Amino acid sequence: MSYPIETYGLSKKFGSLTALDNVAIRVERGELYGLIGPDGAGKSTLYKILATLLSQDAGRAVLAGLDTMTDFKEIRRRIGYMPQRFSLYQDLTVRENLEFFASLFGVSSEANFDLVAPIYNQLSRFPDRRAGALSGGMKQKLALSCALIHRPEILLLDEPTTGVDAVSRSEFWDMLHGLREKGITIMVSTSYMEEAARCDRISMIDKGKILDTDTPKNLVKKVGDNLYNAVAKDMFRLLTSLRKMPEVEDCYTFGATLHVVGRNDFDPRQTAERLIEEGIYDAKIYPAQGDIEDLFIKLTRNGEE
Amino acid sequence: MEKNRKVISVDGLTKRFGSFTAVDHISFDVYSGEIFGFLGANGAGKTTAMRMLCGLSRPTSGDGSVAGCDISTQSEQIKKRIGYMSQKFSLYEALTVEENLRLFATIYGMSRSSFKKVSGEMYRDLDMLSLRRSRVGDLPLGWKQKLAFAAATIHRPEIVFLDEPTGGVDPVTRRKFWELIYRAPSDGMTVFVTTHYLDEAEYCSRVSIMVDGRISALDTPEALKRKFNVTTMDEVFRIVAGNASRGE
Repeated sequence: MSYPIETYGLSKKFGSLTALDNVAIRVERGELYGLIGPDGAGKSTLYKILATLLSQDAGRAVLAGLDTMTDFKEIRRRIGYMPQRFSLYQDLTVRENLEFFASLFGVSSEANFDLVAPIYNQLSRFPDRRAGALSGGMKQKLALSCALIHRPEILLLDEPTTGVDAVSRSEFWDMLHGLREKGITIMVSTSYMEEAARCDRISMIDKGKILDTDTPKNLVKKVGDNLYNAVAKDMFRLLTSLRKMPEVEDCYTFGATLHVVGRNDFDPRQTAERLIEEGIYDAKIYPAQGDIEDLFIKLTRNGEE
Repeated sequence: MEKNRKVISVDGLTKRFGSFTAVDHISFDVYSGEIFGFLGANGAGKTTAMRMLCGLSRPTSGDGSVAGCDISTQSEQIKKRIGYMSQKFSLYEALTVEENLRLFATIYGMSRSSFKKVSGEMYRDLDMLSLRRSRVGDLPLGWKQKLAFAAATIHRPEIVFLDEPTGGVDPVTRRKFWELIYRAPSDGMTVFVTTHYLDEAEYCSRVSIMVDGRISALDTPEALKRKFNVTTMDEVFRIVAGNASRGE
């Protein structure tokens, strides 16, 4: 049995820049698989290779048992690809874009409408509006509809939620869950770490390398239990003081608190006392629940400039 | 630096495009030394409001002043007194760090001697002295961001507008950038910032949330969380912006 998406030792360079470095991933059938990493991590390069739009320097990429280098025509029929940049025809209307993509794949938009209906119906109030005149959230829904109209078995979504507000982003993930229920395998990339929790499994990627792959739950466990919250009235002063302490491995802002990564000898009570010596009397230090962002910081800590 | 001096003051600010009211009678003040978070859902009118504050778009009605200048009649003066940094990295990659800064200083009409003085301070404060002659295209993202911030503030503006400065940026670099923002008020600068990362809203002195062209909430993060009885700004945003009716 073949996997929907598999890569082996995939590498790609642009001049002296290594965009992908020995990337191996395997996506299971019906999975909602996340690729999480910052801008410049190599996410879009990986997508372009999977979508048969770019060839790798080394390694293999196989989709539904087909090799991207030799079977690209067949692969293109079986995948739906939504690139990061809005790539519909701005001068065509909503309806025309959908019809156009259906005709490219030789299908009728009516025959497959059941699949796109939950998404497209949110746009059906303005079938005659030009795509260029849609708001960001609506463009994204139209692009997703167009990527789905030929009923692909694999959906490749490259940063569909970038620049989209938190509420619309959450709605978009609900739509993806709906599509997964229909048996479509989805690989979605994002730079928003908190979206990792919406995926079945994720790969974390940075500087062209896969840092780790697992379920969000298992990944979060890898943060370790030496993680603490710290708060005080003067947070910036607290941050700089904690960073100087030898028992503190790392300290960084985390929403309304600071996260403190303790070394083995870290004792929150002793550290609080040392802070008093430094003139910070109101510091509270207590255990924290780590998340994907903590893990990302941990995994990249030694690799930064 | 005088506290409680209004750097931005807006009253009934409105912008209509045809029959569409993008910004609908918003009123608020931003005080000297604040880090003011300007949040809102897509399509809420944030960008339109910000363009008016920066002197790039004339209001349909309402009054406002930014850095002591009227936004309807003195837009050119405003541009001289504010700094602006967009999400898209907009420096010249083929030029060196120093050349980029000098270019911006020249555009703002700074004298050679004041450029020398200010850029010297900036290299020291931002720890960039050794990179002065490096080509910007060769720098890692974190340094590029620092530099973009330096370029936006080279003329020592009273207020700097940061439009999603950390979009798509990795967690470590994003935090380093916020430490830079933290420092701005002690240099006498006011910061007006938009973001989609709601953890960053926690670091602001005050936060406003725009919904359907209006300001639906405005207060300190602590007060907003208390008001809605939640523990994070993420939850506050979902409650406030979740009621939006504008077509998104």
